[in-house]
Amino acid sequence: MLHFPFWKRLLIWGVTIVILLMAVPNVFYGRVERHNDAVKTIESSGETPELAADAAGWPSWLPSGLVNLGLDLRGGAYLLADVQVADVYADRMNGLWPGVRDVLRAERDTVGAIRRVDGPPDELHVKIANPDGMARAMELVRGLSRPTVSLTGVGSNDIEVSGQGDTIIVKLSEAEKRATDDRTVQQSVEIVRRRVDEVGTREPSIQKQGETRIVIQVPGIGSADELKNLIGTTAKLTFHPVVSRTSEAGADPGPGNLLLPSMDENGVHYIVDQSPVVSGDELNDAQPSFDQNGRPAVSFRFNPTGARKFGDYTRDNIGSPFAIVLDNEVISAPVIQDHIPGGSGIITGNFTIEASNNLAVLLRAGALPAEMTFLQERTIGPELGQDSIEAGRIATLVAFAAVLAYMFLSYGLFGLFANIALIINVGLIFGLLSLIGATLTLPGIAGIVLTIGMAVDANVLVFERIREELKTARGPSRAIELGYEKAMSAIIDANLTTFITAVILFALGSGPVRGFSVTLALGILTSVFTAIYVTRLIIVMWFERRRPKTIEV
Amino acid sequence: MRMKLVPDNTNFDFFKFMPITFGASMLAMVVSVVLFFAVGLNFGIDFLGGTTIRTESPNAVDVGEYRQALAPLDLGDVAITQVFDTSFDSSQHVAQIRIQQQEGHEAITPETIKSLEAALQTVDPDVTFPSVESVGPKVSGELVWTAVEAVAASILAVLFYIWLRFEWQFSVGAVVALIHDVTLTIGIFCLLQIRFDLTIIAALLTIVGYSLNDTVVVFDRVRENLRRYKKMDLKEVLNVSINETLSRTMMTSFTTLLALFGLYILGGDVIRGFVFAMIWGIVVGTYSSVFVASPVLLRLGVKRDWSKPSQGGGTQFSNVDA
Repeated sequence: MLHFPFWKRLLIWGVTIVILLMAVPNVFYGRVERHNDAVKTIESSGETPELAADAAGWPSWLPSGLVNLGLDLRGGAYLLADVQVADVYADRMNGLWPGVRDVLRAERDTVGAIRRVDGPPDELHVKIANPDGMARAMELVRGLSRPTVSLTGVGSNDIEVSGQGDTIIVKLSEAEKRATDDRTVQQSVEIVRRRVDEVGTREPSIQKQGETRIVIQVPGIGSADELKNLIGTTAKLTFHPVVSRTSEAGADPGPGNLLLPSMDENGVHYIVDQSPVVSGDELNDAQPSFDQNGRPAVSFRFNPTGARKFGDYTRDNIGSPFAIVLDNEVISAPVIQDHIPGGSGIITGNFTIEASNNLAVLLRAGALPAEMTFLQERTIGPELGQDSIEAGRIATLVAFAAVLAYMFLSYGLFGLFANIALIINVGLIFGLLSLIGATLTLPGIAGIVLTIGMAVDANVLVFERIREELKTARGPSRAIELGYEKAMSAIIDANLTTFITAVILFALGSGPVRGFSVTLALGILTSVFTAIYVTRLIIVMWFERRRPKTIEV
Repeated sequence: MRMKLVPDNTNFDFFKFMPITFGASMLAMVVSVVLFFAVGLNFGIDFLGGTTIRTESPNAVDVGEYRQALAPLDLGDVAITQVFDTSFDSSQHVAQIRIQQQEGHEAITPETIKSLEAALQTVDPDVTFPSVESVGPKVSGELVWTAVEAVAASILAVLFYIWLRFEWQFSVGAVVALIHDVTLTIGIFCLLQIRFDLTIIAALLTIVGYSLNDTVVVFDRVRENLRRYKKMDLKEVLNVSINETLSRTMMTSFTTLLALFGLYILGGDVIRGFVFAMIWGIVVGTYSSVFVASPVLLRLGVKRDWSKPSQGGGTQFSNVDA
């Protein structure tokens, strides 16, 4: 019996039509893309007649999801960055030092004089004058520790304190390091995203990969180099008291101080206090501007806490120079002329307009918590992408036509049914890709072409089976039914195994390989769906209408 | 009148020349392994690290001149190949330049790329660089491992699945066929020195999937026929099953190849290697499901008592109602 209950028919056609509708926007790619962009811009920055016209170019009641084109199809840059999470440990130790100093100074009688001595960057070494006071000193420093804030590190403290002779060694605990790493990478992702957004390119993708890595994909940007300039600088801005100025590159800065080169003046170095007065974290805003001589500069404004610190410092140190330091280079070291209470100021240096613009963007977006190194990069020119799309489109159409013709020649009317299903199948793949917002890459197109070839497999299995069943001649209706019934096991087994490999590809692959696995997996799902529901329903509907005495497959 | 690749009711004896076919397969595998160790694969930068730069110019490419221009930069091993494709215009001349991993750098420095581009522009002022790719040694090392893991994991997963659905003998047969296909594909890549990169791994895994697909369809019929012809010799059952599914096997392989050849000829040079791997894999995979998987099954023998289907985990979905 070739019976399909009414609700099932409705469901099959319903699902098919809904998913096909989702594929429709891709046919009008350019228009829908303009519509989507316009809608987004209107939301964020108001309407203009041109935007409204673009937005009206596609009816809003129709689905407007598009298949994203991968970098290899659209052109753009790809970077795989490794965040140097260990950088942050040193910052943490520097931040800890004033606190340690204060608690130990308060008990000067038991521990004696204290000073910070050099140690590995991720450790804080403090020497005390009175070794008998070690136990007390360590107890005091331990008192500064706080519980680790993370899911895995519950119950452990953030620092580990140990003693070695007359030296106290403070370092971060393993749990705290892990928690810090995690935060550092999250923060880096956030800041990279802000910087890329400031430049305003379309649909950048910034994702964390593994423990310490970030994958950055920006379509439409000229080259990976350009992207690196944007995100590769840490843009850590700090204001330090200047100890002295020197022209010796190898000068000994002394404990607690840093020797930093000047950015513009060749050979000049500054010795500055290691602990900054204020840092870029406390900036509220930064804008490109010009100084009183009309040279490009960057004006900035601190948040209230930063403004207070900055104000207090300038009040107390009128007449002495302070250094504006960007990524360990002194931009300038002006002498404080007056108390600056408002918390705003201006950075002058030897900037070009472009550089001041860039610096303002970087300062606004915030400093990266750690440096990044780049492990992998890729630039794809837009023309190459266009060529690939063109070649992919032609190849897909030709492959499609060849398979359609061949199926018709082999199975006649039934081949025609399978062809309708195949066309629906490709529509479904695009519909699903749009629905999940997947990215289509060049290997992804290959996946679709492969699916076109393989999609007919389920139908072929069924048709061949029907042919066999027809030989034992129990009437066409019975043969069709048996054909489907007996081919099912092979269809399920054959497609499940391919599906398994697609899933493994997705889990272990990256980039283009993933794009391929997604289209392959979706192709398997849709081809099984169309073969066992859509083709079958078409055949049943045909059969009910015609009631043929004999069929030829 | 229908077009048919295979006549109705074939009755070939697929095991008649088994010593020859199986022997040839084994020999081809050995040759592949030898090639792999003697010649090796032409690894792309995905696995070796380094940089590839694609150049495009309206003027004809002179590989010798390019090489000369780059020689003073002291970049170590530089491979320059000209790329030809039917989709190119007559004014499109494309070359691919590969530079080995530079000592002491995670990724190639932008300065190196700039100096290289400048050097090429002195030879040909109209040259442009549509794509630049760079992979550091840390990543390339990892990529090798993920690739090996991916292939191994998919073979294991499939082994497990078939063991679950059939009997272990089937599973061994299928996996031998799989290893055969993967080995021969690696062999042909060694022989022809086609660039072996990450996308080829994707192709390899697809071959794994496809080859399996084919094998499973044959095995599915074998299982059915084992129940139907309880007294028939296993060899006969296998022969009957392969003959019955032959039409489908050829049909599916043919349509898939039809689609893939379209892509191979018209799809552009960027994915040609990838498509080539798949075409080869499908030819080999179709062959192996008949001439490798089945002989292994024949050799191992199989449990014939299917009267209690619930035992041994041989579940069937044939009663799934659509």
